[in-house]
Amino acid sequence: MKISREDVERVAELAYLDLTEAELESYRQQIDDILEYIGKLDELDTTNVAPMAQVLADDQTADATLREDVVVPCRVTPEILEQAPDPEPPYFRVPKVIER
Amino acid sequence: MTTWTIDGVREALAAKKVSARELAADFYKRIAERNPELNAYLMLSEERAYAQADRIDALVASGKPLPELAGVPIAIKDVISTKSVRTTCGSKILEHYVPPYDATAVERLEAAGAVILGKTNCDEFAMGSSNENSAYGPVRNPEATDRVPGGSSGGSAAAVAAGLAVASLGTDTGGSIRQPGSFCGIPAMMGSYGRVSRYGLIAFASSLDRIGPFATNARDVAATLKVIAGRDSNDSTSTTAPVPDYVTAMERPVKGMRVGIPKEYFGEGMDDGVRKKIEAGIELLKKMGCQLQEIHMAHTDYAIATYYIIATAEASSNLARYDGVRYGLRVDDSSLLAMYCKTRGAGFGAEVKRRIVLGTYVLSAGYYDAYYLKGQKVRALIAQDFRDAFTKVDVIVTPTSPVPAFKLGERTADPLQMYLADIYTVTGSLAGVPGMSVPCGKICGKLPVGLQIFGPAFGEASVLQLAHAFEQAGGASL
Repeated sequence: MKISREDVERVAELAYLDLTEAELESYRQQIDDILEYIGKLDELDTTNVAPMAQVLADDQTADATLREDVVVPCRVTPEILEQAPDPEPPYFRVPKVIER
Repeated sequence: MTTWTIDGVREALAAKKVSARELAADFYKRIAERNPELNAYLMLSEERAYAQADRIDALVASGKPLPELAGVPIAIKDVISTKSVRTTCGSKILEHYVPPYDATAVERLEAAGAVILGKTNCDEFAMGSSNENSAYGPVRNPEATDRVPGGSSGGSAAAVAAGLAVASLGTDTGGSIRQPGSFCGIPAMMGSYGRVSRYGLIAFASSLDRIGPFATNARDVAATLKVIAGRDSNDSTSTTAPVPDYVTAMERPVKGMRVGIPKEYFGEGMDDGVRKKIEAGIELLKKMGCQLQEIHMAHTDYAIATYYIIATAEASSNLARYDGVRYGLRVDDSSLLAMYCKTRGAGFGAEVKRRIVLGTYVLSAGYYDAYYLKGQKVRALIAQDFRDAFTKVDVIVTPTSPVPAFKLGERTADPLQMYLADIYTVTGSLAGVPGMSVPCGKICGKLPVGLQIFGPAFGEASVLQLAHAFEQAGGASL
């Protein structure tokens, strides 16, 4: 067994995700199967392989990733706040975080 | 029912045989008739479509030249933002979300004269291979309505295949454009990573996500790609590599083109019917004068495992934004933390939660090296396989999917089996290269098979060139 029920509970907590009893058990089983399958990567010796952290080749990124750091006004605050479940312009309101 | 093409629309408009408004109305009529069964569209944007159609009709009246996609009715996958048109990502968590801006690809389509008909159904946050993970019900395959259209861009594929749009945009992270293109029997293309701006594409896995077109023929795929491709200052991963005129480039002859056939894509697990059609497709390529070469891509077998580490890791991070604060669903609670957990637990569907859990796990302390880092290393090996192959051949040809469209419900019980349906498409996703699926006959005259063509990074023109020649040579009716 690659992943325990406690692992799934811990990970769900890290991901801020409420899971039901039924979800906990079925995910544990399914993710265990998937991790078992993923285990086949251990057949490959990757000691001297550099991880691929970037898709574009170097000659394609030079001008793509850097720009001047200039401030550009973005006047969409009202439209953005309109989408919030509980807006109090110009803020988003959330349940009280700090207790006295 | 007329099958419209992009050029056909422009010619009919210029000759005043039809107005853009009439054409849009005709497509809405088709949608009203067929969509209740297919469920390809989630949302129609009539107001916006008719306003654009009227602009095109005014252009026609003024006698000014018509832009490339003038009056062409197009559908947009519901993970791509459309200003003032509800965009749900097939998820309950964004059920009432109305984007305040357009994705760059959508903006470019409209600037080129396209008429956006509406938003198409898809697997929730583009996570799935059958469209059965949509919170708004599955899409049915227009070619065989008891079967899935493929996924995750199932609605975009079905809409074009059923004549409910002339072209559409989908997104491809591990096969989500190419596989539904194959299942619905239409050409479908994922350009190179960086070719089309992702600005406004609601993120699933940022190092893999790409926007690309579906159409009824390779030429229209090329014309649509040309419009949406190119540098966008709002997406730092979009490149300045020049955008060729794909429509002209694809007319070049394919005689002598070096086509690599990787034997790793013809192993067990492939449906016999698919195998026969793909073999017939390869025979046809030979007759067309292509130079076929058997090649090896040694790490193919490790692609699904690698993909499901990287894609879920990125998804777990990207989907952290749905917290009930800035947009989307909120499930109230007096504590902030409980509000987050309840909102996410209630708003996401089963597959999305499964991937968030898996992705969080592979990134978590103690497992990062064993899974995520290992995945990034194997990804480098898979990308190297492609670079090596393209020193010997111009394009690579494989099946798009090991199986034809399967029945609704047939694969939902076992997520791993569903993941394995992407076995031939995820490789190109990981490598960042362009890939396209073109129709390659139908099994028993009924179930479409797709032939996949990969090109080197930014080699879309070669891919389209072969796709076009294959289509002209009768590939679709093998």
